[in-house]
Amino acid sequence: MIRFAPLLCAVTLLFAPQMGFAQTDQEKGLQIAQEADKRDTGFGDMVAKMTMTLRNRRGEESVRHMKLKILEVDGDGDKSMSIFNKPRDIKGTAMLTFSHAVKPDEQWMYLPALKRVKRISSRNKSGPFMGSEFAFEDLSSQEVEKYTYRWLRDETLNDLPCFVLQRMPAYEHSGYTRQEMWLDKSEYRPQQIHYFDRKGSLLKTQIFQEYHQYLDQYWRSHKILMENQQTGKSTTLIWSDIKFRTGLVDNDFNRNSLKRAR
Amino acid sequence: MMKRWFLLLACSVLFNSAYAEEWAFSGHVAATLRGFAEQPLHSEQNHLQSTFTVAPEWSRSGGDDLEWIATLKPRFDIDWYGNASRVRPDMRELLLILVGSDWELRMGINKVFWGVTESQHLVDIINQTDLAARPDGEEKLGQPMVNLSLVRDWGTLDLFLLPYFRERVFAQQRDRNRLALPIVDALTEYESNAEQWHQDLAIRWVHSFDTDMVGWDISASHFSGTDRDPVFHPTLHDGALVLAPYYHQIDQTSVTLQATWDAWLWKLETISRQGEPGGRYTAATFGFEYTVVGVLESDADLGVLTEYLFDDRGGSGSIPFANDVMMGARLAMNDVDSTELLAGIVVDLDTQSSSVLLETSRRFGDSLKVALEGRAQIGVESDEPLYAFRRDAYLELKLEKYF
Repeated sequence: MIRFAPLLCAVTLLFAPQMGFAQTDQEKGLQIAQEADKRDTGFGDMVAKMTMTLRNRRGEESVRHMKLKILEVDGDGDKSMSIFNKPRDIKGTAMLTFSHAVKPDEQWMYLPALKRVKRISSRNKSGPFMGSEFAFEDLSSQEVEKYTYRWLRDETLNDLPCFVLQRMPAYEHSGYTRQEMWLDKSEYRPQQIHYFDRKGSLLKTQIFQEYHQYLDQYWRSHKILMENQQTGKSTTLIWSDIKFRTGLVDNDFNRNSLKRAR
Repeated sequence: MMKRWFLLLACSVLFNSAYAEEWAFSGHVAATLRGFAEQPLHSEQNHLQSTFTVAPEWSRSGGDDLEWIATLKPRFDIDWYGNASRVRPDMRELLLILVGSDWELRMGINKVFWGVTESQHLVDIINQTDLAARPDGEEKLGQPMVNLSLVRDWGTLDLFLLPYFRERVFAQQRDRNRLALPIVDALTEYESNAEQWHQDLAIRWVHSFDTDMVGWDISASHFSGTDRDPVFHPTLHDGALVLAPYYHQIDQTSVTLQATWDAWLWKLETISRQGEPGGRYTAATFGFEYTVVGVLESDADLGVLTEYLFDDRGGSGSIPFANDVMMGARLAMNDVDSTELLAGIVVDLDTQSSSVLLETSRRFGDSLKVALEGRAQIGVESDEPLYAFRRDAYLELKLEKYF
């Protein structure tokens, strides 16, 4: 076999460029999604505050405040806890989520007035989160396996060279047939997402602004705008007080911690 | 009563002024108006009941090596009867929690909820019921306790020492939704010589896990101590026939199970209780809740509930939910104002009498909530326990302001 090795090398060299071109748009799409995921791996844990401003067509506003804790889990989706602070009538209500790539997420809700911890169905992906323009699925842990991908084109968006990626939900009960996502080529950060409804029409546009880098690696957008193109309603999501590697562990994400979450 | 009320209020005011900065303050005030359509059975009962509620909350946390959280939640309900009033003060929560890496110690006054079903909460035995606040028994009093919680791979184990017993709070003579005979708290008796100071014990194991497509929540618990449900002994008091509450010593073992699969929640609660007259008995609630997400192409969720309520003392007649079916629907609009609607009916399969319930609520602005609730007994026969409430159908309007 050794004798043929040089010949084999030559053959490989001859065909290599072709093999590169032979990469399909699907493969390229997946590769981009995997690279984006890789760049965001290893953050450990994160805590942050979130303010959502809901605006209806008449310009009337309504504000939600919450706190978020996320724990990265090796080889699975993240564990997260959202603790609501405003509107005041739901202050202390908290949601614990164990997200999974393929099997359904596990989700518990804590209702402080009753002191009740209730496991809820994670079937509701497409419903609005707190009456906002964000659906539950828009805010859940974005695992690579949750979508199938296709690279569409390269395009410059706001002076940033971007990949434009199509992703189609691989999980059941999504409110979308597909999404188009703009990722900048230098840092693989989402810059814009277009959501298409079950009929295939443009439903929402999401714009990511004010990126800050943490721990010299992880980029987080501090201002996210979601606009419903069909109803004229919009939601602005502002992240603040983002802290990484705060020392959260598994036991910060259970029934007991849910009940005392503040 | 007045002294206790004043002490609570003084404590709260002192607290708020002296430690205002370190303590996070929140809470709500509420005005409730309950109107009754039918003529009352007893002439002293009213057509209209109004209650004003003040429920402040303070909390504080700290600690470097050992995290701690302290909370204080007094509550004052003031019932107005036009020419008289009744103040019902309670310390719903006065709690210190110490948080270790895999344990928690909760000391003070607290409330716990163990149930999974919706129509009734059989397994909840730690807290006493406040029937003056709500006739359906959903409102609970604070319970003094020391509760050690251990978090392990095989689940969470909770150990409770309950050093002091709280008597049930009943509707008064002027109130609707009461028994025909007056209940006289002063005549309360206990099986235990220690009375309210009998040291009650409870243990509970709860575990959550998931298999391929199904999430499981399972719990088992045992309680040994003073029955939260009194038995009534008819007694002559000042020349009139009245009811004297009597609290037995009981042992109650219970199991809860919830299986969560796609949009289905399958639920079971069951108890076995020993110590009341008539010997050991078993009761259970089981059923399902199915949610239709985005009903009729909208953002709304529609939940459909069905539960079967069982009690093996059914024949004795004193049990309201011995062979009953609850059917209900819950609509969540998922809108900005969190508009919700719950409608339900509990039908007694033996007598065909039923209780109907309607609850709806929405938020106005950022901190005001309006809730409307209606409840009625239909076709109750004279040998049924709910017969005393047959004319007490009501519609209730509640305004809540949160701060």
